Amino acid sequence: MNLVGKKVIVLGERDGVQGTALSECVKAAGGDVVLNINQCFV
Amino acid sequence: MQFPVIKAVSYSLAHTPSLVRYGSKPERELRKDPKLDQQITEHLRTFDQACSYHPNQVFIGSLPPESLWDIPRPWWESSANGSARFGPFGEIMPEDEFYGLLRIVDDFDLVSLEAKFQESIRARLHKHPLIGETDLARLGAGAALETIEAKVANEAALPLYLEGRMVGCMASGHEEDPFLTASILLENLACKATGVLALRWLFEQSSRDGIAASAIDYVINSGEEAVGDRYQRGAGNLAKAMAELSGCQNSTGSDVKAFCCGPIHSVVIAAGLVQAGIFQNVVVVGGGALGKLGMKFRGHLAKAQPILEDVLAGFAILVGPHDGRNPAIRLDAIGKHDVRFGGSAQAIAEALIAAPLEKLGLGIPDIDKYAVELHNPEVTEPSGSGNIPQFNYRTIASLAALRGEWSRTMIKDFEKQYGLPGFSPTQGHVPSAVPYLGHARDRMLRGELKTAMFIGKGSLFLGKMTNLSDGMSFILEASDK
Repeated sequence: MNLVGKKVIVLGERDGVQGTALSECVKAAGGDVVLNINQCFV
Repeated sequence: MQFPVIKAVSYSLAHTPSLVRYGSKPERELRKDPKLDQQITEHLRTFDQACSYHPNQVFIGSLPPESLWDIPRPWWESSANGSARFGPFGEIMPEDEFYGLLRIVDDFDLVSLEAKFQESIRARLHKHPLIGETDLARLGAGAALETIEAKVANEAALPLYLEGRMVGCMASGHEEDPFLTASILLENLACKATGVLALRWLFEQSSRDGIAASAIDYVINSGEEAVGDRYQRGAGNLAKAMAELSGCQNSTGSDVKAFCCGPIHSVVIAAGLVQAGIFQNVVVVGGGALGKLGMKFRGHLAKAQPILEDVLAGFAILVGPHDGRNPAIRLDAIGKHDVRFGGSAQAIAEALIAAPLEKLGLGIPDIDKYAVELHNPEVTEPSGSGNIPQFNYRTIASLAALRGEWSRTMIKDFEKQYGLPGFSPTQGHVPSAVPYLGHARDRMLRGELKTAMFIGKGSLFLGKMTNLSDGMSFILEASDK
């Protein structure tokens, strides 16, 4: 997936992959994180 | 070096199907669609069903956690043989008695119970091993049903039901204060009641070893409730309120807040207070989270299973000085998730697991058992949240594989060898590793287990003050003697 120049909404989960970690990956791939939300489903 | 020890651990459940409607999720959904009430009611469990539920029997210590590996899923379809209300660690209290307990721990006449109902409860609580005459006197006189109905109709009181019948109400604490509404006060009082129940079971155990409630110096409440009013929402100190009604006359206390990670922080702080010689006997307590009742009821209804989030849980842990008998908390190897570590699963696991083990010169397979977030998967899977403990064990195994301590082809095997099945009610801070503490202590005292690591995590980001999560861990080690 080419994320360069794409605006990205990041949904993270505490016991899965957290939003902050996902955001770093998206940024490194050239994406623009417009919203980063973490959830806890328990 | 000698470290503080775990001298006793207790667990209790209160089966509260009628309070499911006041859980955060059901309450919001019922407001949008009142017809849901019938569906919810049809999927509530009886006390016998909740009491004989294998994970609940594990929680109160009547079954070992590992026994769940051998019981076919779904667990709710079978009953534990000979399941009893009382177990080695505590009890499962029926809802009617719990209403009586709510009334007993209520200092402000917030709870009104219908007179005949209250008298029937008085008779039942009279037989309870931990409820005394002083408690029964606190029940006072019951109220007329008309009075209760008027409070509900005119004074923003919350009705309390039992099997569909209104048997009482919870009053609002202030006409204008949004933090002293009947629903918030019920949440806090339910937490206080379950905490008191857990504390009393703790002292029932510890008194056999000569430690009475009066010997406790300090109580730390690790729960997630927010006690306070409009000027200080969440100011606390529920610890002291719980201590007051548990015989801890020589104690004070405070609340430690860290979302679901609160219990692990609290145990470490308690051990630190003991090790420093500031206090001798420190108790960590956590009461139930009413807001979490029925949180995943939609998933349970969709899968045509009972609503399993129908119990309020409580636990209490007594930390005391090294005694050469009880298992010790290795204060020289505490794991903590520092601000700088970031949020990747690997970074968290390295901070909480690998770093403390390195301090002791140990590898991941050198610990006998890992206790993680022990959420019951039967509660979380129907709503798509997956098997939380299993995910955590695969993360630990993956870290071990990265470090060359475990085979990549055996990631799935780690869970059965070093882990536990989830058995805890999804009660916020309660599942955070500590449900295994009592089992681990017993096994260590029997010489069956040498070391166990307890790992807690907290979702700080839910409070909208930081994007960080949190985590903490400690290692429990059996005595050499």
